[in-house]
Amino acid sequence: MSRLIPFFGFLLLVALFGFGIWWNTQHDQREVPSPLINKPVPSYALPMLDDPSHTVTRDAMLGKPYLINVFGSWCIACGEEHPVLMTQGKNIGVPLVGYNYKDTPENAKAWLSQHGNPYDMIIVDAEGRTAIDFGVYGAPESFLVDAKGVIRYKHIGPLTDQVIANELKPAIAALGREMP
Amino acid sequence: MRALSVMLAACLLVFTCPLLAQAIDPLPFKDHAEEVRFQQLTRELRCLVCQNENLADSNADLARDLRHEVFDQMQAGKSDAQIKQYLVDRYSDFVLYDPPVKPGTLLLWFGPLAMLLAGAGVVIFTVRKRARAPMPIDSATTDQGEDW
Amino acid sequence: MTPELGQLALILALLLALAQAILPLIGAWRGNRALIAIARPAAAGQAVFVGMAFLILVNAFLHFDFSVRYVADNSNLALPWYYRIAAVWGAHEGSLLLWITILNVWTVALAALSRHLPEVFVARVLGVLGLVAVGFLAFILFTSNPFLRVLPMPADGGDLNPVLQDPGMTFHPPVLYMGYVGFSVAFAFSIAALLGGELELAWVRWARPWTNIAWGFLSAGIVAGSWWAYAELGWGGWWFWDPVENASFMPWLVGAALVHAQAVTEKRGSLRAWTILLSIFAFSLSLLGTFLVRSGVLTSVHAFASDPRRGLFILCFLAVVVGGSLLLYGLRAPKVVGGKPFAVTSRETAVLIGNLMLTVAAAMVLLGTLFPLIGDALNLGKVSVGPPYFGFLFTLLMLPVVLLLPFGPYLRWGRSDIPPLKQVLWRAGLGALACAIVAAIVSDGRAKAIAGVGAAVWTGLGTVLYVVKRWREMPRGRRYPAEMAGMLLAHFGVGVFLAGVLLSESLSVERDVRMAPGETQVIGGYEFRFDGVRETTGPNWKADQGDVTVTRSGSPVAVMHPQKRLYSRGQVQTESAIDPGITRDLYVALGEPMDPEHAEGAWALRLYHKPFIRWIWLGGMLMMLGGFVSAGERRFRAQRSTASARDGVAATLKESGA
Repeated sequence: MSRLIPFFGFLLLVALFGFGIWWNTQHDQREVPSPLINKPVPSYALPMLDDPSHTVTRDAMLGKPYLINVFGSWCIACGEEHPVLMTQGKNIGVPLVGYNYKDTPENAKAWLSQHGNPYDMIIVDAEGRTAIDFGVYGAPESFLVDAKGVIRYKHIGPLTDQVIANELKPAIAALGREMP
Repeated sequence: MRALSVMLAACLLVFTCPLLAQAIDPLPFKDHAEEVRFQQLTRELRCLVCQNENLADSNADLARDLRHEVFDQMQAGKSDAQIKQYLVDRYSDFVLYDPPVKPGTLLLWFGPLAMLLAGAGVVIFTVRKRARAPMPIDSATTDQGEDW
Repeated sequence: MTPELGQLALILALLLALAQAILPLIGAWRGNRALIAIARPAAAGQAVFVGMAFLILVNAFLHFDFSVRYVADNSNLALPWYYRIAAVWGAHEGSLLLWITILNVWTVALAALSRHLPEVFVARVLGVLGLVAVGFLAFILFTSNPFLRVLPMPADGGDLNPVLQDPGMTFHPPVLYMGYVGFSVAFAFSIAALLGGELELAWVRWARPWTNIAWGFLSAGIVAGSWWAYAELGWGGWWFWDPVENASFMPWLVGAALVHAQAVTEKRGSLRAWTILLSIFAFSLSLLGTFLVRSGVLTSVHAFASDPRRGLFILCFLAVVVGGSLLLYGLRAPKVVGGKPFAVTSRETAVLIGNLMLTVAAAMVLLGTLFPLIGDALNLGKVSVGPPYFGFLFTLLMLPVVLLLPFGPYLRWGRSDIPPLKQVLWRAGLGALACAIVAAIVSDGRAKAIAGVGAAVWTGLGTVLYVVKRWREMPRGRRYPAEMAGMLLAHFGVGVFLAGVLLSESLSVERDVRMAPGETQVIGGYEFRFDGVRETTGPNWKADQGDVTVTRSGSPVAVMHPQKRLYSRGQVQTESAIDPGITRDLYVALGEPMDPEHAEGAWALRLYHKPFIRWIWLGGMLMMLGGFVSAGERRFRAQRSTASARDGVAATLKESGA
């Protein structure tokens, strides 16, 4: 009977691989879950794209929830996501803050004027230094920050109608329920 | 879904195949010992946008940014453990090539030991069983060199 | 020749493989001599058609047939002819065609060199090989056809990944596959033995040379891959415990255990079941490796493009072949404990301990490689498993093996005396200790250098002591039978390898520096003078080439030319300059100009001094040599035993009541 142990062990392995193949069709292998969920948004002080002399800080943004969307003019997937933001940006119920990542203001402005500007406000992180605090490793990425300055949801990759309907809006609604 | 993951991959790919960013990145170390420490540390950290490369060898922009971050922290006097923790706080345990010993990795770290103990048990059992059997006389102590 | 002929050839090959698989196995079961006799011709036929298909693909590459999608994707008009040949196996579909071609090489060799073996047994072995071939041919034809057309035909193709445009890459896959695929022979022997109820107890002796040669090729293949990574990937590393590397290393570890277990079973009759199980494990790991690198289940620099459909196909194939053989093992493995007994102090025990460590090491590598997947399945969170894990545990597990190694030849079968062993212990031990002390002084107390020298001398001297003993005690012509010579070479190779790894890891110096033309940096006692960068061209690339003059205490050593190449399709490749040496490598990689506008100014360079790094591959090649030499043992060769061949068939006929 013990001679069948390798056989049963192998069946477990096959099950694991079958799971792996299936899992791969559902997820992007390179998605790294963020350790910042339910942690305070990192403190930041970044200039606005339209008015570089004006610095936006975390503390100044407290009091209302908002969605940060990390993008860059160099990023192809951001171009895919853009139409979705243009149509849905007004509907999500919270301000949409563009986070211009590793870009130049000229390129960013040109890109926005070409494709349209869905953002209520755009902050600039040209070097990407602050983005490290956010755990950003690519674009696009989106962070939902609540009124108390806590990150409640992160999405890696382009936002789609599906993701907005199934994940983002419910997360925003949950925030709304918490409000006194 | 597949198309989008391809898009994401494409974006990350822009980071991994830049024509300019390079892993070769002279930094102003105080001395060679500090450089060696930096090399060892960045070899243990993972480049998140790459297909299984460490920070020391990756050409990606993000890898260069993180290397500079590590360097700055070293200059600020932080220890290896503090630097690693800093990155783990932002990027999760995934950024460490040396998986931490925690409940989720007990199987990983102690599985081989368990297998070794089980196997050793089998070997001991087998050897004892064989050693107990009557030994024929031809296994004598003289070695004519034919014992092959 | 049109590519459609290639596809047709594969279809015919598949049909012949089906014949080769099914008919002889039925024949062996039923004692039907006509069906048994089909095995060799069917195998030959399959080989002819697979060979044709392979040559047709090579031809398509050589003649720039971009109407074939695989050719268009992996080559272009500027690619030199030798890399166009390498491009045949540069991507997924072609590498599978290489796989099946090499399977046929082994099958034909076996069919030709097994005339002295019982026909029934050979029929079973060829039948099993046929089954494997059926799986791969089906996989190729249904999911990974290299002969698919792309219409309209593009004017020029893509490119072979520049990283693969290197001589190392040309050799690495064929040699590696010779090893990987070669374990199918040991596997087929074991399955044949299980199916036949081990009627012929000598089957292990027949299997040994095939196994040794396969293991030798695998050793060479791994060495080639490691050397290629060192030369091409630009960062001077030679092993990263990447999933694809691990996929080739696991069969190697199990193969090493198998080679020893087969020796025990052949000579002493013991450990029969274990030997069979190990040969199933070895080939299963080969198939597993094939699965892992193509299914997309793991992340690796080296993985082929993934596709869930392909992954599923291979998984089913894996399940059938491995699952079937493990089930067969579970049901039919020898239950009676056979063979000669042995004492605690005996070669058998040492082999068992070695087998234990090697097998656990392979299991550990498997665990670490699969753990990210396990973590996802069990929701344990996303972790990375890399060199700190593998290197640490592997070293721990190999420690007992290294300690036991010198005793191997001195131990005797059955029961060993202690005095000769004590003598080895003292002599090799003292030698190791003395050299370790020297190393401690010379290297300034570096732990790895001391350990490396100690371990290398322990194993190397222990092996040499035995060589001397045989020389003294045996008459000429009987001193070193091939099997023993192979063992001594391989064991000595282990010592050389240990020295290479530990010394290079401990003593290597790497520095990233900015250098203006004319500046000099000193690394490891060598002066590197940077003489600027100029432009140069190759067949399908343009490059910035640096000139670095190396001197040592003023006397010239080498002029090195690191390059940054821009290939015709836009890919950038760093071609590092290496000055090889027996005692050290010098390695220079060119980075970026400090000011992109001024390429005539300062540049970033990475300079390395790597002592003894070539010993790593030298050790590996000695192990390969050991495998090949031991396969030449006279005892393994054909004997005029047609009597036993007839008896084999007669016995089967009687058994099946014919």
